[in-house]
Amino acid sequence: MSELALREFHSFQAGGKDFVYLVPSAAVFELDDASSAVIHRLRERSMTRSDLARQLSALFPADEIQETVAELMRARAIGEVGVPEEPAPKVMPPENFPLTTMVLNVTNQCNLSCTYCYEYGEDKIVDTENGKKSKFMSEQTARESVDFMLRESGENRLAHLTFFGGETLMNFPVLKTAMQYARQRATELGKEVDFSLTTNATLLRPEIIEFLAENRVGVTISIDGPKEMQDEFRVFKNGSGSYDIVAPKIRELLKRHTSRPIGARVTLTSQTLDIRKIYKHLTEEIGFWEVGFAPVTTSPDRKYAIANEGFDSMLAQFQALAADFLQAALENRHHGFSNVKDTIEEIHKGVSKAYPCGAGLGLMGVSTDGDVALCHRFAGSDAHKLGTVRDGIDRLVQIDFLEKHHIADKTDCSKCWARPLCSGGCYHEAYTRYGETARPNLHYCEWIRGWTDTCLKIYAELSVRNPKYLEQFDDKVEYEASPVS
Amino acid sequence: MKHLRSVNRKAQRVSRHVDSENDVVALQGPPQQPAAAPHIPLGCSLVFSPGWEADRNGGTAGLCQPVERDLFDCHTGCFWPAQVPDQLNHAPDWTAKCAAAQKDWRKIDLVFP
Repeated sequence: MSELALREFHSFQAGGKDFVYLVPSAAVFELDDASSAVIHRLRERSMTRSDLARQLSALFPADEIQETVAELMRARAIGEVGVPEEPAPKVMPPENFPLTTMVLNVTNQCNLSCTYCYEYGEDKIVDTENGKKSKFMSEQTARESVDFMLRESGENRLAHLTFFGGETLMNFPVLKTAMQYARQRATELGKEVDFSLTTNATLLRPEIIEFLAENRVGVTISIDGPKEMQDEFRVFKNGSGSYDIVAPKIRELLKRHTSRPIGARVTLTSQTLDIRKIYKHLTEEIGFWEVGFAPVTTSPDRKYAIANEGFDSMLAQFQALAADFLQAALENRHHGFSNVKDTIEEIHKGVSKAYPCGAGLGLMGVSTDGDVALCHRFAGSDAHKLGTVRDGIDRLVQIDFLEKHHIADKTDCSKCWARPLCSGGCYHEAYTRYGETARPNLHYCEWIRGWTDTCLKIYAELSVRNPKYLEQFDDKVEYEASPVS
Repeated sequence: MKHLRSVNRKAQRVSRHVDSENDVVALQGPPQQPAAAPHIPLGCSLVFSPGWEADRNGGTAGLCQPVERDLFDCHTGCFWPAQVPDQLNHAPDWTAKCAAAQKDWRKIDLVFP
């Protein structure tokens, strides 16, 4: 008789229960006593069904064990030794996948000189300064981009247009034109466009705030925390900090623009790694609804790069703030730590990704010249160009990219239980670190697994203690654009 | 599933799939058709029916179908080119007078393209 052994999953405990996260299906199951005992025994060694029944005979009747084994086998949590697991097929996305989000880089100029910036700092990939690329997008290109977006959105009724830079508000006139034109064209085509932007807040003026509020533009503010942290890297060209300029403007924005929740987006560095303090400042003292954190994208030898111990410390701090999130969710209170919310939404839906993000698929970035790239971070880079807004997407280039970046071809990821959610991580991060978009981001694997485990536990605990909270993730029919950074 | 509780939506899908899995369907019970399953013509060359002894749900009610049944299924439900006027494009009213094929099949007339 053949022996049984464990298949691929991540097991964890939450709310006093045992859970498994199956890979690659991304299904989360809670185990009862019998299934938990079976998995526990098989973890020690593989054994036959009858051995298993004999070992557990004092605890469970034989037929219950047989039933449990059958269920675990069908869910593919366990399997027979010698029967190879069916490899997950390499399923390519359908051709002419509709564009859901277009990120428009209306300028590549910025009035700040943040030391760590991926567009201007030491790790930049596009020559934005020597006049090879237009510094500002023209109205004509913006209109052509809108036409491109609506054309490529296929049968989707809703398209998302996100404005980005450089500093987005340095080209406010073109942003306004693009919005007006997008509204008009969308109405003619029976579609709708949702608008959002990312800004450093230095150029917010009453009339701009009024415009953003009136037009329900989603706003994400790049800000790194209280004065001493913001001024460490987010500086003007003369080196002076930007906190005192942006703080009052942000307060003004939050007061007037209440039609949509406004989020802060924090770049974490080795020198500004105090997450709770940053969170508390941005929510309680400034008034943001949500705060999202991401470690700085950089090559490893920079002083501000987060290295191994930095990732450990970051994880511990994320976990502490996540515990606050859980407490709030159990009491049905809002908590603005968006990193948790985004992840548990993906866990709830059972997302199992072939690609780490929508770049080059449902999301594309457009440079000031109208070149279409994988995403906004690659906009203007000739090596990562997918076409132009005038001539459309070069489908052969796109298919080639998708072929080469599929999770099925990332050997390093093939044994990792977190791959359904991570899928190798950001292409731009990989390019900056290793010079190759297709490389998995191996420098933060431990951090990703630690963080995914934390979010799985929060999710599972909520499913036991406050399942109603999770219903909010059921009804989202429309795709929502994530903040762009 | 009795011993595993489906927590997220993917687990619910896995459970539904597992619960509907049976080795031998025929004669185990009444035919069960998932609510949203497409209509599949009986005895169609595109469908794998294990001979004519049972249909895909294990049902035996539709054996020895009259030729009229074939005509109807190829006319309405099928995308495959068939020697029958297709309802989708060319002959939308072909069977308008044919309420019950067994009784009214003589009312189905010839169609000239």
